[in-house]
Amino acid sequence: MSRLADSLRTGDFVVTAEVAPPKGADPGRELDLAAAQTGVTAINVTDNQGANMRMSGMALAGLMVRRGVEPVLQLTCRDRNRIALQSDLLGAAALGVENLLLLSGDHARFGDHPDARPVFDLDSVQLLQAVRQLNAGSDMAGRPLSSAPRFFTGAAVAPATRPLELVYQKVVKKAEAGARFFQSQAVFDSDAVADFMTLVRPLGVPVILGVLLLKSASMARFLNRCIPGVRVPERLVELLDRAADPLAEGVAIARDMVGVAREHCQGVHLMLLGREDLMRQILF
Amino acid sequence: MIISEPKSRADLDRSLEGAGRIFLVGCGACATACRSGGEEQVFETQEWLLETGRQVTGSVVIDEACHIPRAGRDLRLHRSGVEEADALLVLACGAGVQSISASTDKRVVGGLNSLFLGNIRRIGSYEEKCLLCGDCILNETAGICPVTTCGKGLLNGPCGGMEEGRCEVDREQDCAWHLIYERLRRQNRQGVFGRLVPPKQWSRRRKPGRHRLGKDRDGDVAPR
Ligand code: SF4
Ligand code: SF4
Repeated sequence: MSRLADSLRTGDFVVTAEVAPPKGADPGRELDLAAAQTGVTAINVTDNQGANMRMSGMALAGLMVRRGVEPVLQLTCRDRNRIALQSDLLGAAALGVENLLLLSGDHARFGDHPDARPVFDLDSVQLLQAVRQLNAGSDMAGRPLSSAPRFFTGAAVAPATRPLELVYQKVVKKAEAGARFFQSQAVFDSDAVADFMTLVRPLGVPVILGVLLLKSASMARFLNRCIPGVRVPERLVELLDRAADPLAEGVAIARDMVGVAREHCQGVHLMLLGREDLMRQILF
Repeated sequence: MIISEPKSRADLDRSLEGAGRIFLVGCGACATACRSGGEEQVFETQEWLLETGRQVTGSVVIDEACHIPRAGRDLRLHRSGVEEADALLVLACGAGVQSISASTDKRVVGGLNSLFLGNIRRIGSYEEKCLLCGDCILNETAGICPVTTCGKGLLNGPCGGMEEGRCEVDREQDCAWHLIYERLRRQNRQGVFGRLVPPKQWSRRRKPGRHRLGKDRDGDVAPR
């Protein structure tokens, strides 16, 4: 069983982090970065994030396993049809990948290949079901596998998105389709977390809260403008604007959100964007 | 209705290279309604052809150019004009062009670009609401098609990119799933949120297509 599954089962407070595969053929730097992050339970490997073409996350995740780092492989529906998705999943299992985060994926329109044909043969709910079926020993067409994988599957949630009731409808479907944990989009509003958790807690699926390090007021404004589902309250933007040391202020904000996560959720997903050295400061 | 637009004159000029005598074909249905291939456009195109120094050996506007027997019959009624021509220039959608090319061995040039199956707001303003997926989910989605109007064609609810009911792919547009949710709520129905919708059977859009209603569909007999 994966360390992540184990920790969530026993009720530990888990910490996950994130690494993006390189835009190039040499993953050395990313592997070192992943291996240096001690104290995290598992590290997400993104999948052509923002629809920008990068090295296959499956390859990087497999190499991480070899280095003794536990990955959470992100897999999106944007770039592959159901045959390719299942095929990659079996490959990932062979490489020792156990944790998955299954996503619809950002639209290709925003990435570095805007003319690409987006696939979306499945949606995230259907992909969750497909993995459940693989785990049970057959493919989506019902044909038996010579050996079944044993994936621990998660899904994404966006607690700050409105209307919340509509977001909730999808969350319920994801739980029903086999999501065993949720990782959330970055949240900066403790009330949003509390409201979301009140709705979601009865589903019994642990939530790992997304915590993003704000480095400046301009970054906060960029997030509000460009990143769907992320809302930095005006109060915090002003705080960053006035701060003598915006990074220190960002660390303080992240620490607050870790506190909120400790109160309401089962873990944090830290997105520190190159400042992984600040992790201990944010966590303790 | 099939929405179509005229190809550029430059494009047409290139496609007609080497053809000095042209027989013109229009369509009395969609292309007429879109003002891309009715009487008026056939006439305008004739004027343009003459300006380019070509001859026009005749013209016809077929009731529905996509109707294969009707297209064949109308062409036979204009046999001499067709015989004299080096090429037929067809102002109809791609289906119309192909009923013509099925009825003659002459060179056939399509004059329009077919765009989509469109709903009409008013002439010139069309909306794409159905992609003809062959596996219709409208009854569960309060009559709003997510296959067509959701940027990702999702079947089980909104993606993480929805914001305040707007679509990630185009913030000017409503998120299809927000519209579906709101309308279902007004109708006091669970609809598509009541079950996990399985992956779409794209086999129903199999290419090459061979659709015979009443057969070929899971062995069911379609009602007539
Ligand atoms: S689900 Fe949408 S695309 Fe498919 S037939 Fe119905 S309206 Fe058309
Ligand atoms: S925002 Fe809504 S309509 Fe747009 S892609 Fe996402 S789910 Fe589809």
